[in-house]
Amino acid sequence: MLTYVAKRLGQSIFVMIAVAFLAFALFRFAGDPVMQMTGVETSVQEREALREQLGLTDPFPLQFLRFVADLLRGDFGFSFRTRQPVGEMILDGLPATFELGLVALAVSLVVGIPAGVYTALHPRSVAGQGLLLVTLIGISVPTFVTGILLIFVFGVQLGWFPTFGRGQTVQIGWWSSNLLTPSGLRSIVLPAISLGTYQMTLTMRLVRAQMMEVMRTDHVRFAIARGLPFRTVHLRHALPNTLIPVITVVGLQFGGMIAFSIVTESVFQWPGLGLLFLRSIRFVDIPVMSVYLVLIGLLFVLINLTVDLLYAAIDPRIRIRGSA
Amino acid sequence: MTRVAKRIGSWIRNHEAVYLFVHSPLALIAALFAIITVGGALLAPWVVDTDPYDPATYRLADGFLPPAWQPGGDARFVLGTDDQGRDMVASILYGARLSLRIAVSAMAIATVVGVSIGLIAGYYGGWFDTLVMRIADVQLSLPAVLTALLIDGIARGVLPGAQRDELRIMVIISAIALSLWVNFARTTRAAVFVERNKEYVQSSQIMGEHPARILAVQILPNVLAPLLVIMTVDLGRAILLEATLSFLGVGLPANAPSLGTLIRIGMDYLFSGQWWILWLPTLFLVAMVISVNLLGDFLRDLFNPRLR
Repeated sequence: MLTYVAKRLGQSIFVMIAVAFLAFALFRFAGDPVMQMTGVETSVQEREALREQLGLTDPFPLQFLRFVADLLRGDFGFSFRTRQPVGEMILDGLPATFELGLVALAVSLVVGIPAGVYTALHPRSVAGQGLLLVTLIGISVPTFVTGILLIFVFGVQLGWFPTFGRGQTVQIGWWSSNLLTPSGLRSIVLPAISLGTYQMTLTMRLVRAQMMEVMRTDHVRFAIARGLPFRTVHLRHALPNTLIPVITVVGLQFGGMIAFSIVTESVFQWPGLGLLFLRSIRFVDIPVMSVYLVLIGLLFVLINLTVDLLYAAIDPRIRIRGSA
Repeated sequence: MTRVAKRIGSWIRNHEAVYLFVHSPLALIAALFAIITVGGALLAPWVVDTDPYDPATYRLADGFLPPAWQPGGDARFVLGTDDQGRDMVASILYGARLSLRIAVSAMAIATVVGVSIGLIAGYYGGWFDTLVMRIADVQLSLPAVLTALLIDGIARGVLPGAQRDELRIMVIISAIALSLWVNFARTTRAAVFVERNKEYVQSSQIMGEHPARILAVQILPNVLAPLLVIMTVDLGRAILLEATLSFLGVGLPANAPSLGTLIRIGMDYLFSGQWWILWLPTLFLVAMVISVNLLGDFLRDLFNPRLR
């Protein structure tokens, strides 16, 4: 087990270094930081002095090491567009995206898992077929269309929910939450549903497939043969076995949430990291882009690592194979 | 007449794929919508008589006209006009044409790159194979939108003159292609693994044929079937990816709108009642993607040996 953990950790560190290298290459070679920071009036000598001062004339490996050291210290540089420290911009956007992702994940699980169980247990019913059709549509319709539809039906026509922004937020230390105010709660509903829809359809299909498979296993059949009430069979015997692969897949799909949050935040003007990244691409704001790249890389590496370790902890075969 | 009908009927029954297709209502409907949307998009210059990209063919005074069956509509513009006075039918068809052009080009590049890499990795194995599979694993865990956005951002940073139209199209096509090649590479590699040990390959090797010739002439034709399925399924993904990029504003510039850009423009008019500017391109996009996806599903089930 320990060798497996060590191997996975080593691979993760390697991937992180590769990502950091990519980000650094982007930062260093795409565009010229000095040209971005100075105006047209500064003379060539002043630019050269600035270049020297920033350490841009040092050898490549040295600059890379300095870049990594800065990252580890939390110094992310300054945005080309707003001249703000990038770290500050990220901290501003992080609570918004995090809360949105959390609520969307909750929605997708709370709706997706029961729906998947239902379609597995009642495959021929009208509701079951209807839900399956909904999943087919949910996978084919792009995320921004779902968002626009929700805005149109619930925001414009019915007027139940606000159509953009976060509503009122509450500051707790450096974290700004909008889950504690009524207007904030109302404004998170539509974006969360929009973001969670794709995930929900995937979860529903996965739970359905797993549940159908588990229902055919011997121990479940034995439980039914023993005369246990169906509810006990389904909830206590079948469902836990279904959920193990579902949890791991959901964890891996969480990365997809990050990407789709870019689209959703754009549709609903949600001031989070996705919108920040989008603006940084439009304005070619290299520091923000490279830091975002590193953060996303870190997030994915952490998710993959956690899921792999979780799997290894649950399934003994992986441990044995991994250390052989 | 009945003799011709009998000949057609027996031809259908003799070819399993055709038989299953004709007897599956979903596949037929999907094919119908696919022909309408894709065909309309491809034949746009001949179907509509105005070119929405040429400012001389439309007038601002014609703007914001509702579809012809609503009060205030004009019979000249069956589906209404947008804010600039362009005919909606023309904008949608030309926009779909552009989206299709980008998606198909991206898929072609992804196919060529992915299949080549898959062939080499599958045939030779070794460090190249491991390296490619590692990269593929990492890239597969990243969502396609994110990869495409990152590549677009990097291209913008590296090529300062890339704001020009021609380069923008190349950048977007490359971004989408680079998000899609992995599927092709993996499937080809798996198929090559299977074919590699068969006797016809071994006999070619003994005869001293050059590996490139073996790969191209012997192995490639036998791995084409699953690739066809992936191409159809990924076409839908490529179209969606392009629409998403255009919707986010990092796609093509606004003077040559694709479907995604049209939807983004339409969103501005969501609150003011000109619903046709938004919903008509959306409907077209969704119909096109769903029909292509359903056809891909049908093909996939057809070729899946486990369902036989």
